[in-house]
Amino acid sequence: MLARRLARFSPHVALLPMALTVLLAYIGGALWTLRTSFTAARTFPSEKFIGAAQYVRLFDNERWLLSLHNLAVYGALFIIACMVLGFLLAVFIDQNVKGEGVLRTVFLYPYAMSFIATGLVWQWLLAPGSGIEGAVRQMGFTGFSFDWIVHQDLVIYTVVIATVWQASGLVMALMLAGLRGIDPEIYKAARLDGIPAWRTYLQIVLPMLGPTVATVFLLLTTAVVKLFDAVVAMTQGGPGIASEVPAKFIMDHLFLRSNIGLASAGAVTLLVPVLALLAPYAYARSRRARAAGAHA
Amino acid sequence: MSHHSLQAIALPTAAIAPIKRRRHFTPARIGVYAFLFSAALFFLLPLYVMIVTSFKPMLEIRSGNVFALPAMATLDPWRQAWGAVSQGFWNSVAIAVPSTVIPILLGAINGYALSFWRPRGANFLFGVLLAGAFIPVQVMIYPLVWMMARAGVFGSLPAIVLVHVIFGMPLMTLLFRNYYASVPHELFQAARIDGGGFWRIFLQVMLPMSLPIIVVAAIMQVTGVWNDYILGLVFAGRENLPMTVQLNNVINTTTGTRLYNVNMAATILTAALPLAIYFISGRWFVRGIAAGAVKG
Repeated sequence: MLARRLARFSPHVALLPMALTVLLAYIGGALWTLRTSFTAARTFPSEKFIGAAQYVRLFDNERWLLSLHNLAVYGALFIIACMVLGFLLAVFIDQNVKGEGVLRTVFLYPYAMSFIATGLVWQWLLAPGSGIEGAVRQMGFTGFSFDWIVHQDLVIYTVVIATVWQASGLVMALMLAGLRGIDPEIYKAARLDGIPAWRTYLQIVLPMLGPTVATVFLLLTTAVVKLFDAVVAMTQGGPGIASEVPAKFIMDHLFLRSNIGLASAGAVTLLVPVLALLAPYAYARSRRARAAGAHA
Repeated sequence: MSHHSLQAIALPTAAIAPIKRRRHFTPARIGVYAFLFSAALFFLLPLYVMIVTSFKPMLEIRSGNVFALPAMATLDPWRQAWGAVSQGFWNSVAIAVPSTVIPILLGAINGYALSFWRPRGANFLFGVLLAGAFIPVQVMIYPLVWMMARAGVFGSLPAIVLVHVIFGMPLMTLLFRNYYASVPHELFQAARIDGGGFWRIFLQVMLPMSLPIIVVAAIMQVTGVWNDYILGLVFAGRENLPMTVQLNNVINTTTGTRLYNVNMAATILTAALPLAIYFISGRWFVRGIAAGAVKG
């Protein structure tokens, strides 16, 4: 009798690890960080609440402001470049080309590599004198210069190049899956109407890929906010602090500079755009789910 | 790429595809291949440079061209590189095995319970878990450090495994939940009528038919854990630093002349396992990405 009664709770027992993870690590962790951001915590958590002072200090901090600026520039360029390159690759691969499998493999393999490995390879390729710059100079173009990685104003673009190389294959794979789901009759109809192919893709096919584009956008945006490894491997935030990003600012203040309060304020600030993006996405999903349920 | 070439590329998929006519090499076709070929070059270049650099003696690197083949190929850099990162390799193996097995098992149980048993509140937990996948780890990292330090496990193998379980759970649960959602509900009902309980149905009916998704989940999790840098850096402790962390330390914190050949060999060694998984598993890898991304 007892065993049977206990068995009724098996699903709950089975989901206990998930419940603990969600409640302790995700919700508990986020709340803990939110709370800490209002305290004067340095090396250890503190009970001394100081209101929004950490946020005031954060937005007075030159390094944080530069980090945010870098993230905005990086994010815009990274997302646009990945989207455009990924979409073009998918469209061109979708033209019945020979060697499609090989090409797909080539475009996607960097995604299997870590950001650390990616960053180190590109650091070597972009090193002034020895990398691409040196090679082009040896070809006779002695005036050629490509030293962005040691240039304060240009270094963030090198991070864009390396991470676009790593991630655009993912966009290609997802877009291609989307393209394969489109009815070929569409192209036929558009052609009969005399619509040029580039307009067919831009004005008919791309809107049909809406959900895929939204998913890709969400994935790329979260990758932007999380940007850390690639910067550490490529530039260590340098030259100077020119390529600092928020995730690195937070890590440095947590573990090197013993300023947990300030770091927590940074982490909460970083959370805002993610939640702002996630909310409409979740809303759209639940509406779609409800609509699907109503039709069934 | 002029739009005139794009205009013609819609042809094959639309009008000609069903007839299977032999295509001639029109300028548009050549344009398509030229674009794909130059893109392939961009994607392959870093891999090529990594490989050739790793076989060159330093003298040749200093005087030569990054793109040149090694004139006097040597295996010395590879021996030195293995000496520098072999400890990290075995640490990563020790981390990756439990960090793959446990999350897959938990993900399967979660997905099974969510799909067939649907206990009250489970979907809310799952929603939070999914949202958690998009939240930067910086938000949760310090609370986890604090909790683990309090429990006396911080900076150890169990600590890093536990963290991988926590951060791997959203994707693992999602993969299995979606997989089980496509299993006919009648099958579950029949097993219920036969008197199967929660665990018996899971172990004897569901798990044996889950092999495809287990493979996909294993590919995703091994790759993710192997490529992780930030979690290993914080949680693994000095004795268990994973290969990515060791690689970055070897390259970025060593002072003196940089041994680019050794660095590149060490980078290849670090990227070798995920790359091998990718090249061998091919479609499965893409399937994992699509399953994790599109339905996320």
